[in-house]
Amino acid sequence: MSPERKLRVLLGKPGLDGHDRGIKIIARGFRDAGFEVIYTGLHQNPEQIVNAAIQEDADLVGLSCLSGAHLYLFGEVVKQLRERGAGDVTVIVGGIIPAEDVPALKAAGIKEVFFPGTPIQTMVDWVKNNVKPL
Amino acid sequence: MENNLTEKIIRGDVRAAAKLMRGIEDNLPEATDELQKLYPYTGKAFIIGITGSPGVGKSTLVDALITSFRQRQMTVGVVAIDPSSPFTGGALLGDRVRMGKHNTDAGVFIRSLASRGWAGGLARAAISVMYVMDAMGKDVIIVEAVGSGQGEVDIRRLADTTIVVLAPGMGDEIQMMKAGILEAADVYVINKADKDGAGILKTQLEIMLGTKTDYQNEWKPLIVPAQALHGKGIDELTAALLQHKDYLYAGAEIMRRRRERAKLELAAAVEHSLRNHVKMILESEELNTLADNLAQRKTNPYLAAEQAVHKAMGKFREC
Amino acid sequence: MFDKKTLDHSQEGSSRRQAAENDHHTGHPAEKPAAGNPPNSYATVSNLPIKPLYTPADIKDQDFAQDIGFPGEYPFTRGVQATGYRGRLWTFRMFSGFGTAHDTNQRWHQLLRDGETGLSTAFDFPTLMGYDSDSPRATAEVGKCGVAIDTLADMQTLTGGIPLDKVTTSMTINPPASVLWAMYLVAAEKQGVPWDKVGGTIQNDMLKEFIAQKTFMCPPEPSIRLISDTVEFGTKYVPKFNTISISGYHIREAGATAVQELAFTIADGIAYVQDVIDRKKMDVDSFAPRLSFFFNSHIDFFEEIAKLRAGRRIWARIMQERFHAKNPRSLWMRFHTQTAGCSLTAQQPYNNIVRTTTEALAAVLAGTQSLHTNSLDEVFALPSDFAVNVALRTQQIIAEETGVINTIDPLAGSYFVEALTKEMEEKTLEYIEKIDKLGGMLSAIDRGYPQMELSNASYEYQKRIDSGERGVVGVNRYKTEEAPLTGLLKINEKVHEEQIKNLKHIKRVRDNRQVLKCLLEIKLACRSDKNVMPFVIEAVKAFASEQEICDVYRDVYGEYRDPGYF
Repeated sequence: MSPERKLRVLLGKPGLDGHDRGIKIIARGFRDAGFEVIYTGLHQNPEQIVNAAIQEDADLVGLSCLSGAHLYLFGEVVKQLRERGAGDVTVIVGGIIPAEDVPALKAAGIKEVFFPGTPIQTMVDWVKNNVKPL
Repeated sequence: MENNLTEKIIRGDVRAAAKLMRGIEDNLPEATDELQKLYPYTGKAFIIGITGSPGVGKSTLVDALITSFRQRQMTVGVVAIDPSSPFTGGALLGDRVRMGKHNTDAGVFIRSLASRGWAGGLARAAISVMYVMDAMGKDVIIVEAVGSGQGEVDIRRLADTTIVVLAPGMGDEIQMMKAGILEAADVYVINKADKDGAGILKTQLEIMLGTKTDYQNEWKPLIVPAQALHGKGIDELTAALLQHKDYLYAGAEIMRRRRERAKLELAAAVEHSLRNHVKMILESEELNTLADNLAQRKTNPYLAAEQAVHKAMGKFREC
Repeated sequence: MFDKKTLDHSQEGSSRRQAAENDHHTGHPAEKPAAGNPPNSYATVSNLPIKPLYTPADIKDQDFAQDIGFPGEYPFTRGVQATGYRGRLWTFRMFSGFGTAHDTNQRWHQLLRDGETGLSTAFDFPTLMGYDSDSPRATAEVGKCGVAIDTLADMQTLTGGIPLDKVTTSMTINPPASVLWAMYLVAAEKQGVPWDKVGGTIQNDMLKEFIAQKTFMCPPEPSIRLISDTVEFGTKYVPKFNTISISGYHIREAGATAVQELAFTIADGIAYVQDVIDRKKMDVDSFAPRLSFFFNSHIDFFEEIAKLRAGRRIWARIMQERFHAKNPRSLWMRFHTQTAGCSLTAQQPYNNIVRTTTEALAAVLAGTQSLHTNSLDEVFALPSDFAVNVALRTQQIIAEETGVINTIDPLAGSYFVEALTKEMEEKTLEYIEKIDKLGGMLSAIDRGYPQMELSNASYEYQKRIDSGERGVVGVNRYKTEEAPLTGLLKINEKVHEEQIKNLKHIKRVRDNRQVLKCLLEIKLACRSDKNVMPFVIEAVKAFASEQEICDVYRDVYGEYRDPGYF
């Protein structure tokens, strides 16, 4: 039998901010790139996102936060994924994030930080180059 | 995919279950082996199918049903099916947005499934995902899909009990009637029952069901008005579903339905197996030889195809 | 509007221009191509095609008196005030708030010293969503995106030393608007300022939250009921307060086109007016003068001016024709404008000053009543003091140096501007008609119609940028390597602790039995037709917290959750 692997991406909005224009554009862009995109919707806490990612067997988790709570919320998702034995899931993030927070985010296990203005194709290429179905 | 997932799945390991589901979708050979091991542990769950046009509130209804079953101390699995894009193969799976509050409940497992192009494959994947949830010990499994599109799985054949969801003002009753979908439900939900036109819709449905006299056995489909968003009518719906379950198990109906599902499953498995062989043929070296012969007019396409199939069937018997 | 000779002549001129353009494209350049990258298509930021030349022929069907007219006169295309900015400049209103009430109060005093003329409050997300600082949902969010307000005590600190009878305050607050407004009114009362002297605005516009901004609490129907309660209460007791700021800003930020922004905002306005009339049986002229609007000023200069001029005309006509308003003030579309946050770029952030300036100028040329100019660093964080100062100075330069305020509606009569204004109007009315057919805005939202329109528009826009069809300097053109922006505002992590400590203290010293009694009374009011405002005010006076009151709303009305429309 020949495997038919597809990349599964879970996109989530941790925290209370409701700015979902960006993540919805990315969801569509990723779909058009051939990925299977699962969207968790707004106002989710890290635990909800992590559980969904595990149930969906996501290869990649993409998070967006524009409220300033990114250091805690993103870090918490990575931490809980690891605790649940899913540390091999790649986590990427975007939003309103000061450049000076990037080292801290990477140290926490975030693989890449995308700033406003990043073309969809840049993100798609990054994913294709860095994430393989688990 | 790691081996020996079965043990973990039976113990309720979510990650192991998710890995196997993925393996099935991705057509990994080990996944079929694991499924075979898992099969004896299945057959216990009550399977509910939910279908209806886009916008009638299926996912919201599923969300409310999960709450209701959880209040009754029953564990729940959800399979939410959405179409893949025929152009890119990608999919946007958003059903679980409306079920987000159950993400932290260990008694609930929600899995999104993309249709990935061919109906047989989807049916196989959907049934297999259901089995994994069943083996995990989920009491109720809800399968949700848009019912009227083409290349979709026929949800009625997957489920023990089928719900068709309607909402006033959608103008889709006629389409569904034409597609024969409207006639096959065990329970009808008129969602958004507070909206104008809900009463008329209910009357139309009653007339339609009233004129239908050839009910198999004695179950007369129930109509439940609901406002899923506000949790109204959900207790009544849950009661109706459990009532139907009792009816199924009281007689031979449950076996009849499971035989239907077995047929679908068997057909899907056969199709899946043959498809793999077809793929093998199309990707084999011999195909190139045959194509060369064909291009040089040494053979004809009909004979060549027959030879290719014979060859593959030989392999088929070997495995 | 023109005689036959003029029209013939302009027709002829248009043809000549078209011929020149054709020559240009066929390799006989009548003029040299400009330096830099010309656009691939000549369209607005909303992808509305623009002609190379506008002449009298483009506005021949417009009537001066009926369509353009005079400022302060129907249909108010040229402004609601007869005297324009000569009578009164727009209010320089900078949206600000961060950390504790004390932190924000200090910045407010600084802004007033710097020449700001009105206040505007940014609340943190827990406050916006109706959660106290000690809620588990507030973790890591307290004071981050705005100021944290839990009880009346915080509100009194926030407004400390601000004369509430002289300075007006705008509060960007939606689901818990009734609660924060009650706190503000009680704070004023404690300052000795009677309610009829208190001016300001609460945003209190829930429909756009369901469409765009997604700060929601209860479902649409009860949300509208709470809004109508505030309108009724304000009309009776706080006559100088704008009780709804019908907002297109967030709709635009969420990806709408200019037309969608205007159309959905006006459709929201129609829904509010209708509900107050139906539910409260109030005369339209009793409350309509206190409805205000809030728009975005995006980067496409003329499209924004045309949008805002069209908006005034459409609203005046709707209020007169649909709602039979008689008071001219009921026909006024007064609006606050904010420059477009979504037009700012993380790349080469100092360019954001230029974008904001252009957008602010458009808002002023369109006759805004009030203006917020974004700071250059808002793509990264809440603005620093330095960045806010530049943004405020931008407004002051426009007001005091450029001379654009000298005459009212200076662009009126421009063939292009009038034609574009008309086009905005027509396209907006098409949308409004569509929404009417869907059964009004509530029903349209229930079906996800405006949500999906936005989702499509924002994706199309992104694709135009990604393909390079639309240029964004520093993003897809003229890119440079650069060092990250420094000096960003950092929120002290102690804010969270401090808020929790204060809240605990208040819950200890207040009369808890009185609080429970007040909350019960709110619950009873919610379940009846009684206006909730008087009960909320009593609860606030007893130091009930924001979340305690909002929990009553959630309990009675249920919670709305993201339906996730694409």
